[in-house]
Amino acid sequence: MSFVKLTASTLAIAAVSATAAAARDQVQVAGSSTVLPYASIVAEAFGENFDFPTPVVESGGSSAGLKRFCEGVGENTIDIANASRAIKESEIKACAEAGVTDIIEVRIGYDGIVFASDINGNAFEFTPSDWFLALADQVVVDGALAANPNKTWDQVNANFPAQPIQAFIPGTKHGTREVFEEKVILVGCEETGALEAFKAANGGDEKAAEKSCLGLRTDGVSVDIDGDYTETLARIESNKDGIGVFGLAFFENNTDKLQVATMSGVIPSTESIATGEYPVSRPLFFYVKKAHIGVIPGLKEFAEFFVSDEVAGPDGPLAEYGLVSDPELAKTQEAVAAEATMGGNS
Amino acid sequence: MTDHNQTPAEGDAPKRKHGASLLQLTDRTKRRNAAETRFKAYGIAAIGVGLLMLVVLVTTIVGKGLGAFQQTFVTLEVALLEDKLDKNGNRDIEDIKKVTTFGYAPIIRAAMETKVETLGIESALKGKDMADILSKDAAATLREYVIANPDQIGQTVEFAFLAQSRVDGYLKGRVTRESIANDKNISAEQLDFVDQLIEAGTVKKTFNLAFILGADASDARPEAAGMGVSMLGSLFMMLVVLALALPIGVAASIYLEEFAPQNWLTDIIEVNISNLAAVPSIVFGILGLAVFINYMHLPTSAPLVGGLVLTLMTLPTIIISTRASLKAVPPSIRDAALGVGASKMQSVFHHVLPLAAPGILTGTIIGLAQALGETAPLLLIGMVGFIASNAPDSIASGLLSPNSAMPAQIYEWAKRADPAFYERAWGGIIILLIFLVTMNTLAVILRRRFERRW
Repeated sequence: MSFVKLTASTLAIAAVSATAAAARDQVQVAGSSTVLPYASIVAEAFGENFDFPTPVVESGGSSAGLKRFCEGVGENTIDIANASRAIKESEIKACAEAGVTDIIEVRIGYDGIVFASDINGNAFEFTPSDWFLALADQVVVDGALAANPNKTWDQVNANFPAQPIQAFIPGTKHGTREVFEEKVILVGCEETGALEAFKAANGGDEKAAEKSCLGLRTDGVSVDIDGDYTETLARIESNKDGIGVFGLAFFENNTDKLQVATMSGVIPSTESIATGEYPVSRPLFFYVKKAHIGVIPGLKEFAEFFVSDEVAGPDGPLAEYGLVSDPELAKTQEAVAAEATMGGNS
Repeated sequence: MTDHNQTPAEGDAPKRKHGASLLQLTDRTKRRNAAETRFKAYGIAAIGVGLLMLVVLVTTIVGKGLGAFQQTFVTLEVALLEDKLDKNGNRDIEDIKKVTTFGYAPIIRAAMETKVETLGIESALKGKDMADILSKDAAATLREYVIANPDQIGQTVEFAFLAQSRVDGYLKGRVTRESIANDKNISAEQLDFVDQLIEAGTVKKTFNLAFILGADASDARPEAAGMGVSMLGSLFMMLVVLALALPIGVAASIYLEEFAPQNWLTDIIEVNISNLAAVPSIVFGILGLAVFINYMHLPTSAPLVGGLVLTLMTLPTIIISTRASLKAVPPSIRDAALGVGASKMQSVFHHVLPLAAPGILTGTIIGLAQALGETAPLLLIGMVGFIASNAPDSIASGLLSPNSAMPAQIYEWAKRADPAFYERAWGGIIILLIFLVTMNTLAVILRRRFERRW
């Protein structure tokens, strides 16, 4: 039987090469889907300009990426985790338990989060309070906490049109969700006085009050999107009343379908985010496993290339794609060059 | 046939209940006939709906995806200036490599400006805005060329560069002046400029082989993305599936069908094989992640692992179809072989298996086609992302270095922000469908040609 021979030889090749594969020669990156486009742009340019193979960039979300990052040290674990939020204490602990102790934190720049709706629909000028009143589970009605009665935007704010409230917000596995909660819902909670009310209701416990603020309504008005922004866009295309949460770069690639709402009177743009005028933005990071530097060829070069002026600077390809470049990029470059780990002991 | 002897002569109707005749339509017969006509109509309607769906599907896919096979190119004569590309002038490849793609941007801009001057085009645009109608891939193309042909430095060489995705969309009718009102990637003035270049014959839309053969590209240059490397990924996965699933599946089926005693143990095995065929593919993905990657430490994103996972998925299909075709071989063949003194094994391998081979092949091809279109398990073993960017250079690296697969690549493109990727996702579907249709046709042809009926 000739296929028996074929099988035997294929298996033999596979077995031989499996042992040879012990030396991985390309950098492996995983994590935030927000950072993915930037990381892939850098990876592509890196592969073009250096004699190393193009790094592999997978997505999956910040938390998923950091979880894989913290699985341990070795060639079958990833070298870099992308994250659209800073690493958490609990994750650092989990990393340490698995032997990943020296982590280099690299901030690549800032990303704006925008609120956009169908291009032919109504224009909106939001404030955080509007979003809190629209989406919170409990709001202050006539001085007392009550279940959110608002059904249309004009009930939230008299200046808005009578359009049904329908929001598509990122699901909890996304880093974007945290920024949305922290910079919009929580701020709105405070502004509308609901935070005080929550505090009064549970005996002055600030943490519990903040948690109550973040309780979003579950009656279908606010929909969690666990997929990517393309899914949010598809939802808005099928439901013209919908308002979605997007990354600035995604919006800028789809200006023919979406119009953006202002937040506290500021139009989101790379400029207004860089100056800090536009309030809803967040830093983007990647985390490098120091133990892999020198083991995985090109890892340090990739990290340095990522934050170099020609890539991450204000005129670089990342800024062109929508990243707000970090004014303190020089500091980051120094830290990467010195392989400064978190906690400062390097 | 049995009616033959009672075929009625005129007026000689056989006696039936209610005095009914086959030739005389009673109410009951009419109702039964009507029911049959209705059922036929339902059947035709069902087929009609099915066909309509197919037509809608195919027209949508072809309508949306065909554009990906064409791409807009801009022809420029680029002066490869020595003082920019090889400052020392000694053509040392290491020196030339030091000039990054960023260093090539001014050369391309200069080429654009020269082109505009020679064509006599008047435009208020600045040099940078003119050069922006080109893909960011242009610099990479140029650098690759210079490194491959360092002797060309100092010469002027003609290049056909990709145009950026908005310009390409403009030529394909996807982008209009209204739709780019808020777009910062391109302006109406740039589109006017493109119009002038089209008139001059510098900007052209032609067939794009790079879409079929090329590698994936990053979000900044959708126009450069291609399916080629992910096709190789799929190919290597299918090789693994073929090399493992076929022998294992056939051996298992022969044993179960020809040698195994009929007892409760083989019954359990049979039931479980049938059950396995119905297990959702994502389950195999999780299994693959846990066993092959976390436990056996095989590399992530490798087609080898993808192939192993898909093998698990395809095995039940192959076993079931192999057993069916072994069963279809009449026992008389076995008996005859045993009767002339062949051993059990000789009777199976010399007589039964060759006769069952067409059925086995058909089942295998259909199993492979199913595996080829599978995405879900690949999500879990890291084959989705910006991965299909390095073309493998050997069989070992084809199996072990990270790669994507066709359906995973399509899924990845559909997720990306730039609308140009959306078109490529549909184009990718066309390529994938061509593969699937070819495989299924092959299966049908094999069956038609070699299958024997008894």
